[in-house]
Amino acid sequence: MAFRRLSRWAVVLPALLALGLTGCGSGEPAGAGVTEVTVFAAASLTGTFTELGKIFEAAHPGTTVRFGFGSSATLAQQIVQGAPADVFAAASPATMKTVTDASLASTPTTFARNRLQIAVPADDPAGVDDLKDLTDPKVKVALCAEQVPCGAAAVKALDAAGLEVTPVTLEQDVKATLTKVELGEVDAALVYTTDVIASGGRVRGIAFPEAGQAINDYPIATLAPAPAGDLARRFVDLVLSQQGRDVLTEAGFEAP
Amino acid sequence: MVTINRAGPVEPHGGSTAGRRPSGRLPWMLVLPALLGLAFLVLPLAGLLVRAPWPTLLERLTEPHVLEALRLSLLCATIATAVCLLLGVPLAWLLARVDFPGRRLVRALVTVPLVLPPVVGGVALLLVLGRRGLIGHSLEASFGITLPFTTVGVIVAEAFVAMPFLVISVEGALRAADQRFEEAAATLGASRWTVFRRVTLPMVMPGVAAGAVLCWARALGEFGATITFAGNFPGTTRTMPLAVYLALETEPEAAIVLSLVLLAVSVVILAGLRDRWVSTP
Repeated sequence: MAFRRLSRWAVVLPALLALGLTGCGSGEPAGAGVTEVTVFAAASLTGTFTELGKIFEAAHPGTTVRFGFGSSATLAQQIVQGAPADVFAAASPATMKTVTDASLASTPTTFARNRLQIAVPADDPAGVDDLKDLTDPKVKVALCAEQVPCGAAAVKALDAAGLEVTPVTLEQDVKATLTKVELGEVDAALVYTTDVIASGGRVRGIAFPEAGQAINDYPIATLAPAPAGDLARRFVDLVLSQQGRDVLTEAGFEAP
Repeated sequence: MVTINRAGPVEPHGGSTAGRRPSGRLPWMLVLPALLGLAFLVLPLAGLLVRAPWPTLLERLTEPHVLEALRLSLLCATIATAVCLLLGVPLAWLLARVDFPGRRLVRALVTVPLVLPPVVGGVALLLVLGRRGLIGHSLEASFGITLPFTTVGVIVAEAFVAMPFLVISVEGALRAADQRFEEAAATLGASRWTVFRRVTLPMVMPGVAAGAVLCWARALGEFGATITFAGNFPGTTRTMPLAVYLALETEPEAAIVLSLVLLAVSVVILAGLRDRWVSTP
């Protein structure tokens, strides 16, 4: 546990110094206790959770929500290594399991589901219409690496369709995969519906039936040593509420 | 014909005489921070060694994908260093020896890849050399060449990120070198090219070697620009750092093994080279 304490200090100390130097502490009400909740969330939640964070701050004046967005697996590793987070929202049950196995999280709840789509550049240079077109050797395809959730889902979907695709690259996360399509470096990629919507028209999404067999569950949990225990629970409640669901649905997530 | 004593030119101010070094007790004001600095650099390595899964080390090492990634890493870093030498040494010479307008700006521009986050460097390369990039577009249209997702793309990304190390190191050596030797050679009728080849280059060779070593090491560890520009596919673009990153997603222990391999290989090669090239007797 010495390591945990040390790493906590590694974060707190520079923050204290910064506060001291700038001389503008964020007006913490005297005796109110913890006013900050730290949320680690999968990269695909960047847009929705930032919005939910603003809603939360508005509903709880004086509180701040800090986010760490990144690959679920990396975040899970960081939590196991003692990163001071209060809430963890992962893009797959497998990455959440890393944290629950270390007895660091409450029982996770699935709060959203995400479905794959074929993403093609807006002008669709290779004329991709369905999943079968990705097997054409002339079509350059980007997939996520199998080690990350979107890659595992892609393999599952392609298996379900009985298709074999040779990608030109296996990207380390879904945003990197999407970037390759946005820049027109590949003709098609398998990404989440939410990524297609978030790209705002720079890529076109094509739904395909086999995606139904590779739907990704997003679990959320409060973390066991959460310094902001009560606030952490209230943030999770917000994500699970109707208001939270509306934000998520608008971004293309499906209800669990 | 001009020859240069490899022990180094005579210093203009007649400072050091060969072989005489300051003696007496080591000043703790220097030794203490030096040891702290060393510990700071070496401790993370010790951390890797402690956490390494020693019992399964050998079987993990001999997995074909590990050897494949290692081979690719060494190949690409070496070719990238060669490219940097071919382009970087002349560039350093230009910056150090030719007075042209905007030289200070050009010198600052050379360091851009050092400052740029490598992933941004990768995106920038895509915007220029990608399939729809400024130059990449015509490359594909005229010659059918596409760089992204190829081994050549890896070399391009590594050279882009590593070249400043070489240029800065060689330029520093050129500025420190005594120009009177070059002037003497020129008075004796040598052309600028001959002066460069026979006088300047031998004089700054230790600087070139040191720069090449830095450049190679940087290329070997390159991650961000490579994965962004060249992608990540086993056998063609998945170098060791990319393999380490992916392994970290699922199997941190495998990532440690891969990192150790990369470290061991680079330390052995660099230690070997330093003695041969860079040491000054």
